[in-house]
Amino acid sequence: MPLDLEPLWLSLKLAAAATLVLLALGSPLAWWLAHTRSRIKAAVEAITALPLVLPPTVLGFYLLLLFSPRSAFGGWWVQVTDTTLAFSFAGLLVASVLYSLPFMVQPLQLAFEAVGRAPLEAAATLRASGLDAFFSVAAPMALRGYLSAIVLTFAHTIGEFGVVLMVGGNIPGQTKVISIAIYEHVETLRYASAHVLAAGLMLFSFVVLLFVYTMNRRYPMQVG
Amino acid sequence: MGMLSLDLQLNFPGFELRAQHEGVIDGITALFGPSGSGKSTLLRCIAGLEPAVTGRLGFDNDVWLGSPNERCVPAHERGVGFVFQDARLFPHLSVQGNLRYADRRSSHVTTRPIVFDDVVQALDLAGLLGRRPVSLSGGERQRVAIGRALLTRPRLLLMDEPMSALDAARKAEILPYLERLPARFGVPALYVTHDIDEVARLATRIMLLSQGRIIAAGPIQEILERADLQHVTGRFEAGVLLTTRVLRHDAAYHLTYLDLHGQCIVVPQASAEVGSDMRVRIRSRDVALALRRPEGSSIRNVLAGRLVEIASDPATPYAETLVDIGGARLRARVTRHAVAELGLVEGAPVFALVKSIALG
Repeated sequence: MPLDLEPLWLSLKLAAAATLVLLALGSPLAWWLAHTRSRIKAAVEAITALPLVLPPTVLGFYLLLLFSPRSAFGGWWVQVTDTTLAFSFAGLLVASVLYSLPFMVQPLQLAFEAVGRAPLEAAATLRASGLDAFFSVAAPMALRGYLSAIVLTFAHTIGEFGVVLMVGGNIPGQTKVISIAIYEHVETLRYASAHVLAAGLMLFSFVVLLFVYTMNRRYPMQVG
Repeated sequence: MGMLSLDLQLNFPGFELRAQHEGVIDGITALFGPSGSGKSTLLRCIAGLEPAVTGRLGFDNDVWLGSPNERCVPAHERGVGFVFQDARLFPHLSVQGNLRYADRRSSHVTTRPIVFDDVVQALDLAGLLGRRPVSLSGGERQRVAIGRALLTRPRLLLMDEPMSALDAARKAEILPYLERLPARFGVPALYVTHDIDEVARLATRIMLLSQGRIIAAGPIQEILERADLQHVTGRFEAGVLLTTRVLRHDAAYHLTYLDLHGQCIVVPQASAEVGSDMRVRIRSRDVALALRRPEGSSIRNVLAGRLVEIASDPATPYAETLVDIGGARLRARVTRHAVAELGLVEGAPVFALVKSIALG
């Protein structure tokens, strides 16, 4: 029985990359949502939550159109990088970031709202600039929120299937992530290989979650 | 010491702040007034925590709000320390971490030579350094908060009812620390409170607020004695502040003897050193008058003086009197009936019987 672990490795790489990108993009978005009094807040919240309710095929369909070399964005991407986004790891990453956005933003927004303005005012009177106060006060106080957001985003990206199938296809080493590989094994009736990957994924997810909950219990953060 | 100049407007639903003031801030200045009068809001405006405020605000030669260019200096660049009512220590840092947070960010400030170890010693924080804020009592938390604010090496210290959440015992624990701060670190302070006893104990100057406006400002003695302000300072609180000198302590009876213009008064034992000045507050309702020195009385403080003023109020049973004690003035609140029966007239020699003296 040939044991091909490449899809597992690819899934981990994709999930890690998507989580990192979302940390950078999701933090300011969640911060803005937690503190703004703007009238467009509700609209932005709704857009952020869209991937939760839409079938993955809807997002995948529009992303395919966007990635096409004939679209403005897809054409520009081909000019700059000389590759297409569709059926590539980069395209998969863009799709994952959009698809997992609410899993990063919502826990962070809740955590920032729980921290509130009071500690930030205190930081300002202690000569900390806004950015300084974010990294030295808000982020550490929202540590639990960050932990949940990272775990949820990572796990959700590992588990995605529909969007990946539509945008990435099934190219070994490029876009053939673990969920696609399991599907392919089942389709071709290679149940033994499917078992190895499926059980491996279950074990891995369990270990990650166990680690998170243990950490959470041993080092409870005081917030508020 | 610093020059504060402000003309600020701020509107909330159901409340408007229209505060104007120009004057020197030195020692502790109390911002006093009933709740809802805008004391805390004014303090937050000065700190830069109310973004909607308009007008102008300056401290010494710096403009924090207003012309030129309608600029508003952000809170973290104003160099003011702020002690919040609820302390607001950072829960993810130890006491030491909280203090260092301020210390690190103000290490470039050379105009205020405030040293970490001095602050720790002055506020008695050495035993708390390794603790987490959640494990501290309310009084300890405020001491750390005051220390943290001092370590921002501020030009101006703003304190927003730092003791209002504490019970009487915790207050008594913090007061001595607060009292010593301005002299020890040379930082002028604005102190918001609605407790007249705190004002009398701590402040040298007072700003009186009512309905979003500063209605009076000046030396505390002067403001507290003004009859036209008693609707804000409180009628019952009418009295006088007197400066005395510590003569000696009596450890056996826990008493301290004070000199008041040549006459001796005795108070519960105080911590001040012999020879130093001490301020006491005597409320007019705590003073009775007698024609002769009473004998066989439990009242310890009997002062010989002369009646200089009798102000009877026909609408009440009372008369407010002013007694001269070798230069110092005492107020006594007696009934008009007593004035008539004792035949008290202005210029008559009397003895003032003082039932209670607050250290202030």
